[in-house]
Amino acid sequence: MSESRIRVLVAKPGLDGHDVGAKLVCRALMRAGMEVIYTGLRQSPEAIARVALAESVDVVGLSVLSGAHLPLCEKVIGKLREQGLEEVPVIVGGNIPSRDHAALAGLGVAGVFPTGTPFEAIADFVRERVAS
Amino acid sequence: MKQKGPGPVVWESGVEVASLYTEHELDKSGGVERVGRPGDFPFTRGIHPEMYRKRPWTMRQYSGFGTARETHERFLYLIENGNTGLNVAFDLPTQCGLDSDHPMADGEVGRVGMAVDTLADMEEAFADIPLNDITVSLTINGAAVPIMAMYFSMAKKRGFDLSSLRGTAQNDILKEFVGRGTWIYPVGPSMRLVADTIEFCARNVPRYSAVSVCGYHIRESGATPAQEMAYGLAIAAAYVEEALKRGIDVNAIGKTLSFNFDIFGNIWEQVAKFRAGRRLYARMMQERFGVTEPRAQQMRMIAGGGGGGLTIQQPENNIVRGAYYALISALSGTQTMALCSYDEAYTIPSEHAARLSLRTMQILMHEMGLTDTVDPLGGSWFVESMTNEMENRIEAITKQLEAEGGIVEAISEGRVQAEVNRQAFERERKIQSGELKKVGVNCFVEEEEAPEVEFHPYRREEARSQMRRLDEIRSSRDAGHVEAALQAVEKAATGEENVMPAVMDAVEAYATVGEICSALERVFGRFQEPVRF
Repeated sequence: MSESRIRVLVAKPGLDGHDVGAKLVCRALMRAGMEVIYTGLRQSPEAIARVALAESVDVVGLSVLSGAHLPLCEKVIGKLREQGLEEVPVIVGGNIPSRDHAALAGLGVAGVFPTGTPFEAIADFVRERVAS
Repeated sequence: MKQKGPGPVVWESGVEVASLYTEHELDKSGGVERVGRPGDFPFTRGIHPEMYRKRPWTMRQYSGFGTARETHERFLYLIENGNTGLNVAFDLPTQCGLDSDHPMADGEVGRVGMAVDTLADMEEAFADIPLNDITVSLTINGAAVPIMAMYFSMAKKRGFDLSSLRGTAQNDILKEFVGRGTWIYPVGPSMRLVADTIEFCARNVPRYSAVSVCGYHIRESGATPAQEMAYGLAIAAAYVEEALKRGIDVNAIGKTLSFNFDIFGNIWEQVAKFRAGRRLYARMMQERFGVTEPRAQQMRMIAGGGGGGLTIQQPENNIVRGAYYALISALSGTQTMALCSYDEAYTIPSEHAARLSLRTMQILMHEMGLTDTVDPLGGSWFVESMTNEMENRIEAITKQLEAEGGIVEAISEGRVQAEVNRQAFERERKIQSGELKKVGVNCFVEEEEAPEVEFHPYRREEARSQMRRLDEIRSSRDAGHVEAALQAVEKAATGEENVMPAVMDAVEAYATVGEICSALERVFGRFQEPVRF
């Protein structure tokens, strides 16, 4: 096993069942040489933080298309902190209007990648964040 | 992009298109022997002899948000503007079988649809709406059993005779495992519940479509148009087989099934998909299941959408796309039409956007001559050739599925999901590389993006009022009666009894969606999602 492989948790918080985007990003990051753990649908913030800890991931990616991204990101980041994972960057993708990007940054979200973002941009961002 | 001169033209479904079609190409593809007359088997040209001359398509925009009271107002607005049916959106907690005060429901109550906890919400949403004139479609799957029971109870209380009630429940759980994701129970018990609803409707609500088989969401999740139709046909067959075990007449089963398909992408590919799909379905019902009544062989459908074709970039382009999708829908002989509104890539539609979608369909119907004659494309060398080609392509997929153990097993193991996601990745990769053109996305891109659309506000106050209402109902109902009714639901689920009568009693005692779904979950357990890449 190569020690340098980046580990990413891709999670679907909340009740939203639209998982096409999350699975596309999983495939894209795997093709970019990363190890990806996908949680499946309808995960509670607690469960996501537990998996992030157990799998010692480098980055947590959340996918939300229901419009509930602000409350969900806030909760997941809170639970990650409780687990002592405040250093793990959280990125979010999905139906995220630009007017909410600043609020997400304020909650501690490291990067926002709305629907249609080129795969490379996501992979590059993850690589840079993990390297720094 | 590579410049190699004009290469072959190949549709998403893998069918190659020639630059010219004549009698020769049509003969080579199988000719017109299988076309038939509209209204006659195998219904290639449409399910009614006179189609839109006699039965113009129903216009049924998807709507619902906040509480039953707010949704009721939107329903009235849409009806006032010419909607001839209602297509109800439920919020995610309702769709997942959770009450509004469940911890996982926090922040989601009333967000993407109407919140329903008890029969009281159903009564308020449909108050005074003439359920005999306006056909209602309930977009509900995992929690279909309590929601259908609430709708039937509400109609009964309003004095409507269930035997004459028309409408549709989506209730296609197999496709939820592939896309959309509002499953609750494992595949086996989920199939049993679908059969319970088909049996209940066949015996008590015979004019109601218990299931609307959705190729739509499978296409939205990445499937090609041929796969969309093939998986839809295979899923319909799986429900027929499950319902046959109940000893119901196959003609009665056939009459409870309808379909929901997606429209985006190549015009001709969609038209050929629908014409071929009708033909394949009629043949499957007749040859495989022995259905003799025409109504039970006809693929009745809602066709529209097409969310997957809309773009965040230059949102007004979606108005134009929607008009083409509606045109395709009319040229394909749909019974009901609904369009995603131009702002729907961002938000749930504003009144303004929903009205524009309605007007788009009304312009087609009243100004453009789409209702003048039946199946105007019928007999075209090109369209008939491609209908034959798509038919072959779709049939090849259904045969392969059968050979590999059938659709139910393929979905249980996550094989369909993996295949659909592989296609989604290919499609997205082609869009990102520019190989598949999307105007405003990878060509004709504008440097300065237009301002975003107007957002539908999410009001937390509405969610709080829903929870207060739920509290009031819980404290005012007869607790002993509710408890006994829920135990009866659990007992029916444990045995082989149809759960619908017990669930009807429970909803009439004002048991909640969450209570009924938990009672069923205690017996059935939860689906464990197979993740395959």
